[in-house]
Amino acid sequence: MALLEINNLGIQFGGLRAVDDFKLTIEKGELYGLIGPNGAGKTTVFNLLTGEYKPNEGVIKLDGQDITGKRPIDINRAGIARTFQNIRLFKKLTVLDNVKVGLHNQYHYSTAVSILRLPKYYQVEKAMNERAMELLKVFGLDTDADKILASNLPYGQQRKLEIARALATNPKLLLLDEPAAGMNPNETQELMDTIKYIQKHFDMTILLIEHDMKLVSGICEKLTVLNFGRILTQGDTKTVLANPEVIKAYLGDD
Amino acid sequence: MVSFFTHLINGLSLGSIYAIIAIGYTMVYGIAKMLNFAHGDVIMIGAFMAYTIISTMGLPTPLGIIGAIVICTCLGIVIEKIAYKPLRKAASPLAVLITAIGVSYFLQNSALLIFGSDPKMFTSVVPFQSVTIGSFSIPGTTIVSITVSIILVAALQTFINKTKPGQAMLACSQDRDAASLMGISVNGTITLTFAIGSAMAAIAGVLLCSAYPTLSPTTGAMPGIKAFVAAVFGGIGSIPGAMIGGLVLGVIEILSRAYISSQLSDAIVFSVLIIVLLVKPTGLFGKVIQEKV
Amino acid sequence: MKQKFSMMDATSRDDFKTYGGLILVFILVSILSVAGMLNSQMKGLLVPLCVYAIMAISLNLVVGILGELSIGHAGFMCVGAFASAFFSKVTVGSMPDLLRFIIAIIIGGIVAGIFGFLIGIPVLRLRGDYLAIVTLAFGEIIKNIINVLYVGRDANGFHFSITSANDLGMDLTTGEIIINGPQGITGTPKDSTFAIAFIVLMIALIVVLNLIHSRDGRAIMSVRDNAIAAESVGINITKYKLIAFTISAVIAGFAGALYAHNLATLIATPARFGYNMSIMFLVFVVLGGIGSTRGSIIAAVVLTLIPEVLRFMANYRMLIYSIVLIVIMLINWSPSVKGWLDKHVYSNIPFLSKIRAKEGN
Repeated sequence: MALLEINNLGIQFGGLRAVDDFKLTIEKGELYGLIGPNGAGKTTVFNLLTGEYKPNEGVIKLDGQDITGKRPIDINRAGIARTFQNIRLFKKLTVLDNVKVGLHNQYHYSTAVSILRLPKYYQVEKAMNERAMELLKVFGLDTDADKILASNLPYGQQRKLEIARALATNPKLLLLDEPAAGMNPNETQELMDTIKYIQKHFDMTILLIEHDMKLVSGICEKLTVLNFGRILTQGDTKTVLANPEVIKAYLGDD
Repeated sequence: MVSFFTHLINGLSLGSIYAIIAIGYTMVYGIAKMLNFAHGDVIMIGAFMAYTIISTMGLPTPLGIIGAIVICTCLGIVIEKIAYKPLRKAASPLAVLITAIGVSYFLQNSALLIFGSDPKMFTSVVPFQSVTIGSFSIPGTTIVSITVSIILVAALQTFINKTKPGQAMLACSQDRDAASLMGISVNGTITLTFAIGSAMAAIAGVLLCSAYPTLSPTTGAMPGIKAFVAAVFGGIGSIPGAMIGGLVLGVIEILSRAYISSQLSDAIVFSVLIIVLLVKPTGLFGKVIQEKV
Repeated sequence: MKQKFSMMDATSRDDFKTYGGLILVFILVSILSVAGMLNSQMKGLLVPLCVYAIMAISLNLVVGILGELSIGHAGFMCVGAFASAFFSKVTVGSMPDLLRFIIAIIIGGIVAGIFGFLIGIPVLRLRGDYLAIVTLAFGEIIKNIINVLYVGRDANGFHFSITSANDLGMDLTTGEIIINGPQGITGTPKDSTFAIAFIVLMIALIVVLNLIHSRDGRAIMSVRDNAIAAESVGINITKYKLIAFTISAVIAGFAGALYAHNLATLIATPARFGYNMSIMFLVFVVLGGIGSTRGSIIAAVVLTLIPEVLRFMANYRMLIYSIVLIVIMLINWSPSVKGWLDKHVYSNIPFLSKIRAKEGN
C-alpha cells in the first residue's frame, strides 16, 4: 500500500479552480518532487495536504487513513510535517526550543509537574534536549543552539531549522516547500546532501516543491508537474524532464 | 408608547455623538493602524475650548465652536507628530498604544491644572430649546446632534470617495507600502487623518456637553471608550460601520437605562458588543483577513 | 551533550537572580521598616506594591508570553478581591486568622481562574484588537455587576438581590449585609502584611517562570511567535491559550485577595477596578519590556513609586508622570529617537555607550 494516496483533489477560490483533479501516489521511502511554474497551485496542494485549506472535492489518504479536511494539528499527529515557503520559525525562541516545540507531542509531563519542577520535569527535559540536539547535529545547527534565537540565524540555516523542527514531530511524510529558495549554489548542494541523508537515515518519505532544477533533477526520484492547477504530467524524473510539454510550460512562463 | 419614542430619540441623539467620536477612532485605526486612546480626551479639550471662548471670554457661540475645532485640529496634528510618528516603526504595536495612554493622562492632567477639578456648567450651543410635534417634543440638542452627524458622515464619505486626498486615505488604509510606492505621501495622509479625526472630536465634545452639560477633565474618557466599542461593533476601520455602531450603542444604552437598570446599562452595552463579536469576529462591517500560508 | 546542561543552568541562573534580587529587596525593606526608617506613607505602599507586581507578572503572562492583548485584567483582580473578602466576612472568627486568610487567597485565585477559563473559551478565538476590546468589556461588566450585587446573611441563610438592600428581605436584627451594592464590602479583616504579600509574589513568580521554561511554556510561546507553524507541528492553540489565560487569571485573583484584605472598604469603583487600572498594568508590562517577567516587576515598582516621590509637586505630579511615560516610550521603542540618541548622546558618554554596545549583542 502506498504511503500517500491523493485522488481527484480540487479546491476553488471564488471562481478560480486553484487545484483541479489532482492525483498523486507516493510509496514509502520515495523522494518526490512537485514542480511547475509560479502560480501553478503547488503550495495550494501542500495547504490542502496539511489541512490549512479544506478541499471542495477529493480524498487524501495517509497510510490508508482518510485525512481529508482534517485540522492541521490532527494531520500533523497523523504523520505529515511541513516547512513553509515564507519561513515560519518561532523567532523569539532559541534554536533548541524551536526543535523542542516540534517534539511536543512525543514527550509528556503535566502542567503541575512543570510548575512544581518535580523530578519528572528534569528527566523528560533531559531526554528532549538529547533528542533535539541529535536532530540539530544532522543540520550542523547544534553549536550554541540553546543561546541563539531562531531569528538571529542566517537565512539558509533558518530553512534548515524549519526542516529539523518538522522532523522532530516524527512524521511519516515530510513536505518541503521550496527548501533551496534564496540559497547560493554551494548551500543548495549542501542541502541536497542533507535531504538525501534524511531520506536514508530517517527512512523518510519526502515530497518537495522546488524551482531549482539542479536540485530537482539531482535528488528527486519521481516528479509531478502542475500547470494552471492541473497535472501536466507525472512519472520518473528523467522521463518527465524530457517531456516537451514540460519544457514549453517552463519556457512559456519565463 | 410616547415615552418609548422619547427614549428612542434620546438614544439616537447620544448615539449620533458616539458615532462622530467613533468615526474619528475608526479613521485613525484604519489608516495609522493604532488605537488612539487619547481620542476621548481630545473631545474633552474641545469642549473646554468652546467653554472658555463662549462662557469665560463671552465671545459669540459660532466663534467658540470654530475655535474649538481649530485648536483640536492643531492638537491632533501635534500629538501625532510628537508622540505617535516616532513609534510608527516600533518593534511592538503596543508601544504606540501605551504612548497614547500617556498622551491621554497628559491631556487630562493638563486640563485639571488649567481648569480645576470641579465640574463646569456648559451652556448649550443650540439656540432653541425644543421642537414640538403633536404630543411629544424633541429637544433642540437632539435635532442638532442627529443632523450634524448625518452631514458629517455624508461629507466624509464624499471626501473619501471623490477627492484625491480622500482616495489617498483609502489607499493608505489598504496597503501603506503600496500606497507609498504609488507616490502617495503616507506621513501627510496620516497627519490629515488625525486632523480630521480631531476636528470631529471637537464637534463631538461641543455636542456632548450641550446634551450633558457637566464638563470636567474626565468628561471624554467614558464616551471615548464607548465610541471605541461602537467602532469595533461596526467593524473597526469602516466609516458606515462606526456610524451604525454608534447609533446602535446609543439606543441600547438609553433603552436599557430606561427599561432594565440604570446601573447595568454599561454592562448591557458591553455584553451586546461581546455577543456581536462572538457571532461576527470582526464586527458588523469588518473585513475578514486571512493570513496567507 | 555539554550544551544542554549549560542551557538549563543559564535559564535557572537567570531565574534565581530574579528570586535572589527580590528576596534581598524584601530583607532590606523589612530592616528599614523595623528600624523605623520608613514613613507611614511608604509603609502603606508595601502591600500595594506587591499587589501591582503580582498583577504585572499575571498580565505579562498573557501579553508578553502568550502574545494576546488584554485590557481587562483588573476585572479578574476584582473578582478575586470580592470572592476572598466575601469568604473572610462570612468565616471570620470560625477559624484561625492566618488559615482563613490563606484559604481566602486561594478562593480568590480559584474564582478568578474560573472566570478566566469561562471567559477565555469564547473570547480567545478573537484576534488582536478585537480580543483587547472584549477583555475590556468583560472587565467593565464584572465591575458593573458587582456594583448592583447585594448579598446578606441572617438566621435564615443567604439572601441575594440585584436591586437594593431592602429587597434582600432580611431580618437585620440577626443578620448583616455582606455585599452592599455600590457600597461594596466593609470591614474585611485587614490581614495583608508585607510578608504575606511578598510570599504570594514569590509564588506567582516561581509559577510563571517555571511555566515559561517548560513544555507548556514553549507551546504557549510558539503560539505567540507563529500560530500557523505551531499548529503545523501539532500544538493545540486553543488549549495553550486557555492554560495561559487561566493561570494568569488565578494569579490576578491572588493579587485581588491581597488587595481586598488591605482595605477597610472594598468598592468596585472605576478608579480601582476599571479599565484605567487594567491599562496601568499594561503600562507595567510594556515598559518592563514585553515578555520580561523581571522587567514587569521592576516597572510596576518604579511606576508606582514615581507618583509617590513626586507627591511634593502636588497637582503637577500626574502631569509629570505622563510626560515621563511618553518620553520613556519614545526612548525605548522609537527607532528614530534611539538612533538619534546613539549618535548624539550615548557616543559622547563612555559609560552609556558601553551599555548600549552590550545590549546590541
